[in-house]
Amino acid sequence: MQFFFEVLIGGLLSGVLYALVALGFVLIYKASGVFNFAQGAMVFFAALTFVGFLEVLPGWTGMEDGGRAVFWLAFLLTLAAMVLLAIATEKFVLRPLVNQPPITLFMATIGLTFLVEGIAQGIWGANVRGLNLGIADVPIEYMMDNFNILISSFDVFAAAVAAVLVAALALFFQYTRIGRALRAVADDHQAALSIGIPLRHIWVIVWAVAGFVALVAGMIWGARNGVQFALTFTALKALPVLILGGFTSVPGAIVGGLIIGASEKLAEVYVGPFVGGGIESWFPYILALGFLLVRPEGLFGEKHIDRV
Amino acid sequence: MKLKKTVILGAAIAGLLGSSMAYAAEQFVGLPSYRVGPYAAGGSGIFGGWIDYMQMINERDGGINGVKLAWEECETEYNNARGVECYERLKEKGETGNSVFQPLSTGITYSVLDKVAKDQIPLVTMGYGRTDAADGRVFPYVFPLITTYWSQATTMVKYIAGKEGGTDKLKGKKIALLYHDSAYGKESHAVLEKMAERYGYELTKLAVAHPGNEQQSQWLQIRQLRPDWVILWGWGVMNPTALKSAAKTGFSREKMLGVWWSGAEEDTVPAGSAAKGFTAAGYNVAGSDYPVIKDIETNVYAKGKGNMEDKSRIGSVYYNRGVVHGLITVEAIRKAQEKYGKGKALTGEQVRWGFENLDMDDKRLAELGATGFLPPLKTSCLDHEGSGKVKYQQWDGNKWNVVTDWIEADKELVRGMIEESAAAYAKEKGITPRDCSKEM
Amino acid sequence: MLYREAGQFKASYEEDQQIFPILQDRIGVMLLIGFFAIAVPLFADQYWLKAILIPVLIFSLAAIGLNILTGYAGQLSLGSAAFMAVGAFGAYNFMLRIDGMPFLVAILLGGLCAALVGVMFGLPSLRIKGFYLAVATLAAQFFIVWALVKIEWFSNYSSSGVITAQEIEILGFAFDGPQSKYLLTLFVVVVMALLAKNMVRSTTGRSWMAVRDMDVAAEVIGIRLMRTKLTAFAVSSFYCGVAGALYAYTYIGTVEPEGFNLDLSFKILFMIIIGGVGSIMGSFLGAAFIVLLPIALDVFVPMFLGDLVSSSFVSNLQLIVFGGLIVFFLIVEPHGLARLWQIGKEKLRLWPFPH
Repeated sequence: MQFFFEVLIGGLLSGVLYALVALGFVLIYKASGVFNFAQGAMVFFAALTFVGFLEVLPGWTGMEDGGRAVFWLAFLLTLAAMVLLAIATEKFVLRPLVNQPPITLFMATIGLTFLVEGIAQGIWGANVRGLNLGIADVPIEYMMDNFNILISSFDVFAAAVAAVLVAALALFFQYTRIGRALRAVADDHQAALSIGIPLRHIWVIVWAVAGFVALVAGMIWGARNGVQFALTFTALKALPVLILGGFTSVPGAIVGGLIIGASEKLAEVYVGPFVGGGIESWFPYILALGFLLVRPEGLFGEKHIDRV
Repeated sequence: MKLKKTVILGAAIAGLLGSSMAYAAEQFVGLPSYRVGPYAAGGSGIFGGWIDYMQMINERDGGINGVKLAWEECETEYNNARGVECYERLKEKGETGNSVFQPLSTGITYSVLDKVAKDQIPLVTMGYGRTDAADGRVFPYVFPLITTYWSQATTMVKYIAGKEGGTDKLKGKKIALLYHDSAYGKESHAVLEKMAERYGYELTKLAVAHPGNEQQSQWLQIRQLRPDWVILWGWGVMNPTALKSAAKTGFSREKMLGVWWSGAEEDTVPAGSAAKGFTAAGYNVAGSDYPVIKDIETNVYAKGKGNMEDKSRIGSVYYNRGVVHGLITVEAIRKAQEKYGKGKALTGEQVRWGFENLDMDDKRLAELGATGFLPPLKTSCLDHEGSGKVKYQQWDGNKWNVVTDWIEADKELVRGMIEESAAAYAKEKGITPRDCSKEM
Repeated sequence: MLYREAGQFKASYEEDQQIFPILQDRIGVMLLIGFFAIAVPLFADQYWLKAILIPVLIFSLAAIGLNILTGYAGQLSLGSAAFMAVGAFGAYNFMLRIDGMPFLVAILLGGLCAALVGVMFGLPSLRIKGFYLAVATLAAQFFIVWALVKIEWFSNYSSSGVITAQEIEILGFAFDGPQSKYLLTLFVVVVMALLAKNMVRSTTGRSWMAVRDMDVAAEVIGIRLMRTKLTAFAVSSFYCGVAGALYAYTYIGTVEPEGFNLDLSFKILFMIIIGGVGSIMGSFLGAAFIVLLPIALDVFVPMFLGDLVSSSFVSNLQLIVFGGLIVFFLIVEPHGLARLWQIGKEKLRLWPFPH
């Protein structure tokens, strides 16, 4: 039983990490109807740029290497880079493709993926780097001693970050002017335009916010597994979360992440050994598929009504 | 549309082919490299080291007996179809065609396996590729040089036995094999199972789905199992993730043993302090204190001709692996020149003979400035592997330190399996094995 | 002027029902096939045959398969490569386990296996739509590759999980040179492309298009959704399966399941988007474009920049240019190369005498 809980809790915490990546997808899909495949590449780009700045800033500015000032300056510079990326994307990719079918936009974001990956590695090189956020990835002793359950302090920290991020985003959407405009755009482009909401600005903002989410996700995943090209694969972990939770729902991403994380770990541990293991590559997808058969628009997705 | 493009491209490529034939004797080496994508870190290190070594031979010695080395890179992106295109494109380049093809990808190796025999170009796969190709009778053009996965697996058991105090102590020990769930990862199974039967240790196999950036469940299983050793048969991001997860579950890294694709700086640096104490195999060692590396620094980098952007990577495991590729390629060409005429550009078929008759003993390695850098190597018509030895290196938090001498593989076991598997392949494909007594 | 259908009367049902009702189309297709069947094998060198033309043909076939599903029936799929894998492993096992299995039958049976698997993974399409379905087809992609690695029977218990295609022999003639392999590939691809061209204008094709445009409306006018969607999945997977078998037998030779990964699926999707969604001709154009573009970049970028920047940067630059070109192309011609082809034909109606 103790082992079951260990796996379950570990899975839930991993699920939060998946949700973190899925959030970026949801934001963009909600506001612009674009299925942004480049989100994984953006996570990679953000993490690599952040680590790159951490490396070069002490040399440029004479700040103390590894100090707090360098950390925040690198963070701000990377955020600026993500905003630039958002502006460029809106200007050169989204605007010219307005009113194209969704699949064309989807393909454009795959093109964007190559572009972003090439730029990231072209600027910072292909080296694999470590990233230390100062939070040790070790078991929490209290839980170990009292219940013999292993929970990593880093995973708890990551979950807390994700929770704060989601809460902040929810408040932002609910109570700010821009947030309200965003929700209006998500509801109906045409209507939003007609009451004078500038669609372009909204798109830039949404992509920038998604860039910010990518940066947070990139830092956490980067600190976990190293900053390297494989960060782009985090997108593949986020996709089943996305369809399970629904493309348009922020809480859906979180709940979906929790379900996927927990069930994939339990499946790998309890079913895996009977079929040779390694089922984590496809199990979340099959699970999400099963879910969709019952609810075709995901857990919290908007119900789509077809009219002839 | 298609037609027009075909014509334009054809003309351009024809022009390119023509223009590359300008100088006197030149030996062409095609480099199917990968510098983008998930494995770019390894690719840029290995191909960088390899190119630097060839540059060094050109700068220091004026080539091999006066024959300059020429090379061209072709980006494969680690993709099989692109690899085949590169193979075909590089095939006819240079005076005498491509002299050797080393794709550094098992997938591409398989994709060109049938083609090399027809085109008479040696296919050299160091530390990857098809293991049973070590039987040179069935695979005359394929050279899994230095060591194969199967040899490596036997040295791992030997290493563990050494630590436990003898092979008889292995009985009842638990060994967990954490492997990349792919053709590459499965290469480990047969040998380790066979050895488990012989020595009586208990083997638990745990698959990690590609790319391996999530290993929570595997490590919780390991925690439950409490094995004495974990063998890490990983690739790419799977390695640092495994080290991190090991730290998270409190499994001692001193008891973790990695394959040579888990034992580079790229695998340990991202894991930070979690990697300390991890031991991995290597058919080359890390470090820049070897005369051959010093020669590259003085003859290439001092003149500003180096290939590496990041000079701090010189002496890293992947860079040095590239130097080993260069060393052996040059040595094979030199050997072939002894037979087919010094100062001449050789064909792939002639270079193949060189690979088959390599003899790099301690004396020769000392001349090359590579004593201890790679194991002594002697190939023959029967044995295309040539060595089977690896060293083990331990990560101390900053760099890899060699902790063992060259460990010999269990030749008798591996050779038997290789011959069995090669014979099955020969039967399936209708190949009549060469008679090695007639070769010279 | 050159391309004018005026004056071509169809006096019988046969004439009205031809695949290419316009004379110029017939001549054009004949010339194209003639060129690729006779002139190319005579004059093209090995490099072009082995490294470019054969893969372009094979990928064209896979792209036709995906185009049937996505372009005609409107079901987005990201699992094409996995169906290719089923075809390759299916054909291999038929050749291996049945003595005297004719090669062409084996690849068709391989295609049938893929069709069967395709129908299975097509079932959810009855309820799931759009991107939800696309992500759901990823389940097929990952599951099939996993199963081919895990179940060792498929690869005949080879230690590394790869299969080596047997020699091709048809009626005693061994297809082992690049020319003969190319011709064999060309034959299979042309026949199947013509069949596809014919199919998409038949009842089946029309009901696919009705479902694509709006499935509820299609259902209302009496098209059986389930049958239509599932035939689309079956036919599409069949094409991908045959393409996969050809990929193993006439192109690569020895294949591993991981070779049929998600990247390949995306590549095929690119082909139909760049070539033109809902166009057989576009599948060929798209495949040629996606195969040739990276190669061209790899040849020309180092030629112009090779000495100026490091080789790593050259490689990354290729990736950047590739991505940029895709985006650029989608912006200037969202309907793909097939649309350009169409425009070209319109122009030829008048050209060279515009008045």
